[in-house]
Amino acid sequence: MLDFPRWKIWSISLLLLAGVLLAIPSLIPEAQVARWPGWIPAPRVNLGLDLAGGSHILLEADTADLAKQELAKMTENVRTEMRRADPAIDIGDISTSDGRLAFYVRNIAQLDAAVEKARTLTTAVGVTGQRDWNVAVVNSSQVVMTQTPAGLDSATDAAMKGATEVVRKRIDALGTKEPTIIQQGKDRILVQVPGLQDPQALKDLIGKTAKLEFRLVDTTANPADLMKGRAPIGSEVVPYPGNPQGIPVIALQRRVLITGDQLIDAKQAYDQNNQAVVTIRFDSAGALKFGQITQQNVNKPFAMVLDGRVLSAPNINEPILGGTAQISGNFNVESANNLAIALRSGKLPVALKVIEESTVRAELGADSIRAGVTASIIAVALVVAFMLVSYGRFGVYANLAVIINVFVILGVMALLNATLTLPGIAGFVLTIGTAVDANVLINERIREERRRGRNVFSAVENGYKEASRTIFEANVTHAIAGLIMLVLGSGPVKGFAAVLLIGIATSVFTAVVFTRMLVALWIRRNRPTDITI
Amino acid sequence: MRLLKIVPDNTNIGFVRVRHWAFAITAILTILAIGAVGWRGLNLGVDFVGGVMIESQFQSPPPLDQVRATVDELGLGEAQLQQFAEATRVAIRLPLPHSSDDGATNAMVKKVQAAVAAKFPGVSFPRYNTVSGKVSGELVQNGILAVVLAVFGIAVFSWFRYEWQFGVSTFVAIVHDVLITLGFFAVTQMEVDLNIVAAMLTIVGYSINDKMVIDDRIRENMRKYRQMDMRALIDLSVNETLPRTVMTSLTIMLALGSLLLFGGHVLRGFTWAMMLGIVVGTYSSVYVSSSLLITLGVGPHSFVPRSDSRASGAERISRREG
Repeated sequence: MLDFPRWKIWSISLLLLAGVLLAIPSLIPEAQVARWPGWIPAPRVNLGLDLAGGSHILLEADTADLAKQELAKMTENVRTEMRRADPAIDIGDISTSDGRLAFYVRNIAQLDAAVEKARTLTTAVGVTGQRDWNVAVVNSSQVVMTQTPAGLDSATDAAMKGATEVVRKRIDALGTKEPTIIQQGKDRILVQVPGLQDPQALKDLIGKTAKLEFRLVDTTANPADLMKGRAPIGSEVVPYPGNPQGIPVIALQRRVLITGDQLIDAKQAYDQNNQAVVTIRFDSAGALKFGQITQQNVNKPFAMVLDGRVLSAPNINEPILGGTAQISGNFNVESANNLAIALRSGKLPVALKVIEESTVRAELGADSIRAGVTASIIAVALVVAFMLVSYGRFGVYANLAVIINVFVILGVMALLNATLTLPGIAGFVLTIGTAVDANVLINERIREERRRGRNVFSAVENGYKEASRTIFEANVTHAIAGLIMLVLGSGPVKGFAAVLLIGIATSVFTAVVFTRMLVALWIRRNRPTDITI
Repeated sequence: MRLLKIVPDNTNIGFVRVRHWAFAITAILTILAIGAVGWRGLNLGVDFVGGVMIESQFQSPPPLDQVRATVDELGLGEAQLQQFAEATRVAIRLPLPHSSDDGATNAMVKKVQAAVAAKFPGVSFPRYNTVSGKVSGELVQNGILAVVLAVFGIAVFSWFRYEWQFGVSTFVAIVHDVLITLGFFAVTQMEVDLNIVAAMLTIVGYSINDKMVIDDRIRENMRKYRQMDMRALIDLSVNETLPRTVMTSLTIMLALGSLLLFGGHVLRGFTWAMMLGIVVGTYSSVYVSSSLLITLGVGPHSFVPRSDSRASGAERISRREG
């Protein structure tokens, strides 16, 4: 027990010193830390939104919508592939319902070829080699294709990756500070923006799918039919909130002339009436196509459709050949700017919906931090005083351990880039209470051993040895609870669990190893024959 | 210097003797707690039932019925109000709007804030929170799962480290702690939010800590005094560890007390839950879980085939001589 070689003393001291030093950048104002020379590592504890203030938004992908999109894409692929086959396969009666795509092969002799062709459109997903679509023959002339769950999963996965990227681009374009954008689970994206007070603009921006289409207006439709939701053949009824004709819908040809995919730039600008508009620029292929279409349809109205709603439907007065166009609608500067950002960042591969949202004002966060710091300081003071009057010199050792432990926890959190939340502060205060438990166990055991008549040295040695086993056992069970919280908890609870777990690890070290070193050094130097404990 | 000793040396309190009383009290309290939860129900926060929560900070304590009337006039559904310990702080809770449109929730928050601000000048809104029914369902599920897993995980751990009786007695005692805490929330109608799940798990962790220390001592004494009567042995173990039990509970209470007084209003429910949990957990460690071992039939035959007790005994003697 007295056997504490020099290297051990040094490594324990250095380790704790490192932990304490790591905590320092978190304790002084950020601006000051920023002025430090770059070679000094300055890890900081992240503050959760409940402390820093800001907005938290949880988005969920609309997988039903995605499945529909997938089905439409497959239908399009089947159509082109069958036409391209050599000899072309004549199919008809293409129907899509309930997530299945069915079509008839007119010439029964081509059935096998059609199935073969359909199979080439499917791909293997996952490790099991399962296909993303099932192809089956029904009634010996109809081919039915259904997306497998694995296929939908892999499509969701790809869409989510794209969506996360698009959301990140859009939020970065807003220029807010250090946003967190991460995919959560299979179909969710977590967005956290510190410091943001009104998340409406952010939600508007994220919520836009930004699917931009140019389509011709069907002028043959009559308004009465349109109101009933009926459109001429080859056309469909599309919402048009700002329709100057007074009805909120318009008939558009189904065929999409050009889509927003071929954009290379989008900017907010003003038109000749000083109205906010968005100007867009196509790439060379897009510009060529746009030129051709406008050339062929002079004096016809065409519609700009965003996310299934018509923004405006002006007349094509002359061919537009330069590859730039102007989108007008009911914009103000801000909404035009948001649309420009959304168009620039590309379209969302899947629609996202806000399913959870919370906003905390920075003042409340600052109040919470102040309250947390006050509570921590008072808790430390009370516990330190209590330990001192209960255990004397051994209490001083325990107190040194607790105070160092407070800093080491902060240091480790900074090093691990952990986030401190409001419940985390509670965890912090609680750890101060539980950290001394190890020392209480040790000191009570030493008292007991002394009562049984052991000499100082043997009582201290036995006290540490017997108590260490108990401490280990008790902390393992405590850690089990902490781990479960870390895995299953969400948001603030995770923050609490992180502090608790780090606290368990560091407090065992400071309370057992560090105090033991202090006690050993003292006993070695003074060789006491009696101790007050 | 004379040091403070809250528990005198060599206490000899007959904990085991009163165990039938303790069991009866525990059972009654547990049944009352379950009854309270069933009868009054829990005041679940928006985290768990979905909805909108807007915290508002008034200049002076507002008349709650006027605030309620102001919000009800908007026709957004039935408003629930809750006053924090500072009377100027009120949480307004509303059900989610029926429209699934994202903008609807925001419009609703804006509308409520505008209406309240018009009626009570100087009011501010430090935070709000909206949770959809789907997410809240998952949070409930995860919360329950976490507590259940923790209780079982720890019971299994103590079964492996000790004997099955220890696992069972710990399990019973922790379930009791959790139920009493839930009952407390049912009776006081304090809001149960996500943080309370964290508090619950911490109570489980703390309570088990306490029981482990006593169980560990019982095992040690059983190896040391093979012939001792179980009742006397358990009393001895609980008494020997009593100073530690009291000291630790007190230090944690000191820390929690400072959190309760100075830690701000958001954490208040959490802190109350923890304080109650510490008291209940300490009680069940001292009076219930250890005495339950006798009922479950732990006897001198337990822990016998292990050889490590002999080894540690031998070591102790040799060191003492040297």
